[in-house]
Amino acid sequence: MKMSAIEPRTDYLNAGYSVRSWLLTQDHKRIALLYLLAITCMFFIGGAAAVLFRLDLMTPDADLVQSETYNKLFTMHGVIMVFFFLIPSIPAVLGNFLLPLMIGARDLAFPKLNLLSWYVFIAGGAFTIWAIVHGGVDTGWTFYTPYTSTYSNTHVMSTALGVFIVGFSSILTALNFLVTIHTMRAPGLTWFRLPLFVWTMYATSLVIMLGTPVLSIVIFLVALERGLGFGIFDPALGGDPLLFQHLFWFYSHPAVYIMVLPAMGVISELVTCFARKRVFGYHFIVLASLGIAVLGFLVWGHHMFVSGQSVYAGMVFSILSFLVAVPSAIKVFNWTATLYGGQIGYETPMLYALGFVGLFTIGGLTGLFLATTAVDVHVHDTYFVVAHFHYIMVGGAVMAYLGGIHYWWPKITGRMYPEWWARLSALMIFVGFNLTFFPQFILGYLGMPRRYHVYPEEFQMLNVLSSAGASILGVGYLLPMAYFTWSLWYSPLAGDNPWGATGLEWQTTSPPPTENFPVIPTVVTEPYDYETNSDQTITVRRQGEFAHE
Amino acid sequence: MSSSAGALAHHFANIHQQRTAARLGMWIFLLTEVMFFGGAIATYCIYRTLHPYVFEAAGRELSKPLGTLNTVVLITSSLTMALSVVAAHSGNRRRLLGWLAATMGLGLVFLGVKAIEWYTEYAHHRVPGLNFTPDELGPTAELFFACYFALTSLHALHMIIGLAVMGVLVRLAYQGRLGPERFIPVEVTGLYWHFVDIVWIFLFPLLYLL
Ligand SMILES: [Cu+2]
Repeated sequence: MKMSAIEPRTDYLNAGYSVRSWLLTQDHKRIALLYLLAITCMFFIGGAAAVLFRLDLMTPDADLVQSETYNKLFTMHGVIMVFFFLIPSIPAVLGNFLLPLMIGARDLAFPKLNLLSWYVFIAGGAFTIWAIVHGGVDTGWTFYTPYTSTYSNTHVMSTALGVFIVGFSSILTALNFLVTIHTMRAPGLTWFRLPLFVWTMYATSLVIMLGTPVLSIVIFLVALERGLGFGIFDPALGGDPLLFQHLFWFYSHPAVYIMVLPAMGVISELVTCFARKRVFGYHFIVLASLGIAVLGFLVWGHHMFVSGQSVYAGMVFSILSFLVAVPSAIKVFNWTATLYGGQIGYETPMLYALGFVGLFTIGGLTGLFLATTAVDVHVHDTYFVVAHFHYIMVGGAVMAYLGGIHYWWPKITGRMYPEWWARLSALMIFVGFNLTFFPQFILGYLGMPRRYHVYPEEFQMLNVLSSAGASILGVGYLLPMAYFTWSLWYSPLAGDNPWGATGLEWQTTSPPPTENFPVIPTVVTEPYDYETNSDQTITVRRQGEFAHE
Repeated sequence: MSSSAGALAHHFANIHQQRTAARLGMWIFLLTEVMFFGGAIATYCIYRTLHPYVFEAAGRELSKPLGTLNTVVLITSSLTMALSVVAAHSGNRRRLLGWLAATMGLGLVFLGVKAIEWYTEYAHHRVPGLNFTPDELGPTAELFFACYFALTSLHALHMIIGLAVMGVLVRLAYQGRLGPERFIPVEVTGLYWHFVDIVWIFLFPLLYLL
């Protein structure tokens, strides 16, 4: 420990080169990179499934794969993207890396638990991949009973076990975050001086801690039914398959916020930095994050308007779903107000941030269509729903994740990414995304159900457009893989604070030393003080001088 | 990792911060556990509301005396656990070992009684998926017993984990690695054990008495 404080050239990346020094590391920054590798692999597996079924959907008939395979492909896409990419993405990679840096701590509160969470993630992933390799699972990512518990002849158990296990990985991460934020803030870093990213990590962790165990228990009950014949959701015994849906969505609606709250945190950081302005309405954004975390638990019934739920319950869930849109809208207005009068720079992270605001708004507003019970009857289980949640999860969460990776790449690796290529890929992703999913709104409105393998010929045009968009989107995702890898060796050194950003993570060296700060900083101002000179407002007592450039 | 008792991990500013973090960590973990058991208990309560007569009749088949005995055993073990924590704080190793052993003993008694109950239910063909034979209560009784076995086995699993952790504590205490400087492991295990106790305090009336 003492060594690295004396030797300024030592950072967390060159602190050790052995495989052991990575696989047994307790450094939150290295664990973040382990997660980055793992979820990137998962992203491309899930993406490959999407490529296959989008290819198949270019024609109305089933001609590329058989229907059984088609069902397995969209299930695999959903399971992997939701549980193994989107949920861990921003918290486990950016959160793990940044949270201790942003609050001026040396590590998370429980470094061993943090490492354990990664191994738990890998174990969960292994069971799921095993299921895919041995023939896959065809239940859809929602695992609805009684099909899942009784009728499906595919590898339900190992997939469910994988999802059950990976839940503990998120729980461990969230537990670590909550304790760290509560107990390890640097001197002077009061609650309302926390960066908004930290606040969203806090809100997300709360949702994870309260929601994930309910998913665990419902998977446990399904496993008892399928494996031991316990019949908990079996109507023949008086059990209720709809109860499964209630418990499942009690987790899986808040899971949307597990994906999108961290994205909102990233966007808050990016918008203020590239508008060179103090964020508008800091306290409102904080309260909106907490409001989303609470209200998000009260709206799950909007997935069940047509499932036989009582009409009155439907009305209540509908009203509450409208309410949960309010804090999200507050955030969008605040970001917009932050842009107003700012000196906006159009570097790649900002392109992603602006893309996020637009796409998230479309995703959110179409969510209100779906929260309207009468409209939902028309578009329920159609491509309209698919388009809606992809606007939130891909247009929202993935865009923010990529924006965040670009923004903090200089801090993580010490090197810049190639700006021209990055802008190109951001543009391709934006265009490809809209071309993929906007036609799906129309398809759904015209009545094409989701998860169908074959469709009437009049839907072909829109499906071809969607598949064409998906291919652009695919290239857009492959580009960063290539130029990020390239940048590790050939890009110019970034310096400590290439964006001139506020925030403690920019006050230490790039890449940071293993113990993050030679001396723990003392915070004396609010975050996002871009109007005055940021270097003076956040006092950091460091031994070294600010780096070159 | 730490070799000496009460060692401060490198990433904490002081021992107070480290202790606060450990305590808060366990409380937050228990919050997750509340939701975990909450989901299962809610499932049971909903089915009980849907089928009040069958569930009540099926619940009468459980042994109230054994259930009561186990409740007393478990509450007593919470007392001995609390005394272990006191002993750990004051650094009295002999008492710490004694109270931990008593807690483990009571935990094992609970599991033994539970095993007798399960065996009785097995003998009466009341185990779903294994040998359940419907009687005049009809098929819905199987739903009651499915919930009963799911809930009690989850609870028992948590007790077994608690006992294993206490085994580690006994070993640490025996080696002299717990004391007035390093009592947090005993304290957070105590929190966990009380939680497992409280879960039973809910399960007992819900399953046996209502
Ligand atoms: Cu929802």
